[in-house]
Amino acid sequence: MCDNCSCNPYKPYPVRIEEIITETADHTLKTFKLVFVNPEDEEKFKYIPGQFAEISIPGQGEIPIGIATSPTEKGFLYFTIQKMGKVSGYIHQMKPGDIIGVRGPLGNWYPWDKMEGKHCVIIGGGCAFSTLRSSVEYMLHPDNRPKFKDIHVVYGARSLKHLLYEDKIIPWRERDDINMHITVDSIADNEEKPTWGCNVGFVPTVVEEKIKDPSDAIVIICGPPAMLKFTMPVLDRVGFKHDQIYLSLENRMKCGIGMCGRCNVGHQFVCKDGPVFTLEELGELPNET
Amino acid sequence: MKQYTDTIKATAKRLLEDGTVDCFIGFRKGTMPMINHPVVITDAAKADTLYWDGNCGNNLALYLTGRKADEKIGIVATGCVSRNINLLIAEGQVTREQLYIVGAPCKGMIERRSVEAAVGHREILSVNEEGEKLIVEGKGFKEELNRADHLQRNCVTCRHHNPVEHNDILGSEVSEPAEAPVFTDLEEAAAKSDEDRWNFFQQTFESCIRCYACRNACPMCYCPTCFVDEAKPQWVGKSSDKVDTMTFHFLRAFHLAGRCTDCGACERVCPVDIPVRYLTNKLNRDAQEFYDYSAGLVAGERPLLDQYKLTDIEDFIK
Amino acid sequence: MTSKRFTKEAWGKAVEGLRESYKVWVPAKEGAHHFFKEYTDDITPDFEATKTRMSPKHTVFPQSERMFEYSLESSDADANIMKDTPKDYSPQAVVGVRPCDAYSFNLVKINFDNKEYRDPWWANRYESTTFIGMGCNEPCSTCFCDSVGSGPFDEKGLDVLVYDMGDAYVAKALNEKGEKALAAMNGGQDAAEADLTAAADMAAKVEAPSKVPTDKLRSQKLNDLYDADFWDELASGCLNCGACTFACPTCWCFDIQDESWNREGEVRKRQGDRIRNWDSCMFPLFTLHASGHNPRGLKVQRVRQRFMHKLKYYVDKYDGGTLCVGCGRCVEACPVNIDIRQVFELMNDFSK
Repeated sequence: MCDNCSCNPYKPYPVRIEEIITETADHTLKTFKLVFVNPEDEEKFKYIPGQFAEISIPGQGEIPIGIATSPTEKGFLYFTIQKMGKVSGYIHQMKPGDIIGVRGPLGNWYPWDKMEGKHCVIIGGGCAFSTLRSSVEYMLHPDNRPKFKDIHVVYGARSLKHLLYEDKIIPWRERDDINMHITVDSIADNEEKPTWGCNVGFVPTVVEEKIKDPSDAIVIICGPPAMLKFTMPVLDRVGFKHDQIYLSLENRMKCGIGMCGRCNVGHQFVCKDGPVFTLEELGELPNET
Repeated sequence: MKQYTDTIKATAKRLLEDGTVDCFIGFRKGTMPMINHPVVITDAAKADTLYWDGNCGNNLALYLTGRKADEKIGIVATGCVSRNINLLIAEGQVTREQLYIVGAPCKGMIERRSVEAAVGHREILSVNEEGEKLIVEGKGFKEELNRADHLQRNCVTCRHHNPVEHNDILGSEVSEPAEAPVFTDLEEAAAKSDEDRWNFFQQTFESCIRCYACRNACPMCYCPTCFVDEAKPQWVGKSSDKVDTMTFHFLRAFHLAGRCTDCGACERVCPVDIPVRYLTNKLNRDAQEFYDYSAGLVAGERPLLDQYKLTDIEDFIK
Repeated sequence: MTSKRFTKEAWGKAVEGLRESYKVWVPAKEGAHHFFKEYTDDITPDFEATKTRMSPKHTVFPQSERMFEYSLESSDADANIMKDTPKDYSPQAVVGVRPCDAYSFNLVKINFDNKEYRDPWWANRYESTTFIGMGCNEPCSTCFCDSVGSGPFDEKGLDVLVYDMGDAYVAKALNEKGEKALAAMNGGQDAAEADLTAAADMAAKVEAPSKVPTDKLRSQKLNDLYDADFWDELASGCLNCGACTFACPTCWCFDIQDESWNREGEVRKRQGDRIRNWDSCMFPLFTLHASGHNPRGLKVQRVRQRFMHKLKYYVDKYDGGTLCVGCGRCVEACPVNIDIRQVFELMNDFSK
């Protein structure tokens, strides 16, 4: 976040697309590796896991996307973008070498100060896992790992073909300083079963199986509305209080800095007062997402 | 027309109480002079708040689109409104069976801008209709005007004061003028040179703020996504650029060709007083001259651009 | 602080003289209404006008504002890189602005210039603007400024306050900016003590004719108001045209659009602008997600959003008054007569 700016919060940093990784077999999800055109801009773009940035394409527009890299990964940024509308559709047909813009970092972040000394439960579904990749990568860094107690990650995707960041999540399974519970909704009969232990089942079911103890823990949960709707009762049953649970919201955004007035839920702007809110805070806001 | 109020109240109350309708669309008396508040009520107890007078110029047929398919709706309809209802039925937006139409023969609606100009734009605090007179009161003045001199411009040339479709009627029919409406402003523009006409158009739309009140007040503009709101592809820019603004107005008028009943709602609601009926009138006149067609006069008739007759003009085919 | 007395004729000349050192905005008639226009040679200022149809917010926040420009031509070294557009922030003066409108800028500033972010275009233009305000001897019947933190002669947001004494204007500088502007206005005399007393006496007798209740708005529970039963009927007549938001001095929501075109004479070489345009929470597209989901897809949700924002969300967020200055423009502009004064009553007096 840029405090005391004489800079213009609407002006993006130019970045080059260095690599495009197609994450899913149906090509709807791609991860873009972005490198700053002006190396000194990377210094200015100091971010914390949980934040997002506006991906800016001149002539098309801007879209808010969670930052998938951790600040411990230097020299580049990852953004995983789903092909959905005008701007995301355009970026999906761009090539390495193309220049676009990145504006940010924006928004608040996961409660790292509160998570120190606690067990961390990370729950993610579908393509909402981007900021959670950032978070896990950050936590597992040798400088940071000692700050946290046990780490449990429940990550669910529709199918094996929809799993993101396989280069990370599968090796993470092998580590003894993190408990990875990867699950898919189903595995088809003709699909090759993975050699590593993949759960089959919806995220709420896996959470109920694997997460037993609410004491001294913080939950970060990020996913599609359906997943949230069915996971909340499970967390209730396990005994988590509403101020222990943090969610990351999405909404239609334009400015990303709490000025254009469009992303509010009640009196809070998702882009500036959020996107991370506790369940307790959300309880005081209207049900309007 | 004020005498309609009591009948509307009683009818709405009865229809809501006995379940003939689930909701009733009418007006409440406004908090400002010369404007009333369109409202959709669902509670029979609120029927007492309904009202009618010469300031009921907004087109209530607007509120018929986008409703549930099984909803039963009561609605007060003047001549132009009833024609819009016929056309909305023909275009599949609502069915006749859903509707209970309370017909309101209309002596024309008051044009508040004309009354404001007549008193030199001093602040008006109340306007009362007394027969053929308007009693206009403000701070330190009280004037009497002729109602007939201050009608909405579409009401002055109206040939369909009486509802063409109704279940009930609020009063005796109003006599209809015999002559065809005179499109004098169109004649004037046609007589201008191309350059003058272009300048005239530019000036007319100079103050447009792209609020889309004209489009939103029109009962025939019910597209789920209007062409100006499309992003993929983006047909029209969204800023106050002059060319984009005129494109919006011209295209909207074309989309209304053969569908506009000249109810005047668009002009009535414009916050910066643009005479938007100018464009739709041109197309209305073309529909009449080329195809002898006026929208919504006959229940069940297909819309203009939905039908073909062997006698249709062909001279534009070269 | 300096005070000056001008005959009405001298005032007219003094305002004209201001054009030498400021870009001047004045109320001027166009058609049946008044608008704040740039004081160019073909404009006749009208200081006797009551309320302008549109607020003066466009003097600091234009309806369309170019943010950046860019080239899309791949052979350009700076292709696809956003560049600043040249801006002119030379001093400007808005003359004849009413106290309600001046106060509105204070409320809007919290949005555009706060400790986290500063919008350079709004903030720079606001800082270069001097507000020379005219108090209201006869507020309009729709005005309720007194109830919402302003008043016919309120000084918040103004740099100079002018009293219309019938045969003369008495202008009082309120701060350094006002002093500077008043010093540049020639043809007046120093106001006498008696002038100032007469002005203050006159002002003390003026009240806004309309009143709204606001005392319970802060204590109302946000979700209780949100779930109240009066929204459906209130919203039923609304056209979602946005006329209220366009006329309103405290409505600031905007859209950002990229528009591109072929360069003059060079087909296939493209360039463009990123533009900021006024937008409205009344429009269905305002909150439409690319996925098709729309949190405020129904008209009643949008109508509720507007009034909740003005009368409740802003109150809760900034722990102050409402985001309404009681100018009454929305009441006059609304084509279906939705009256915010009635909404104040409905919301303030609501009980479950």
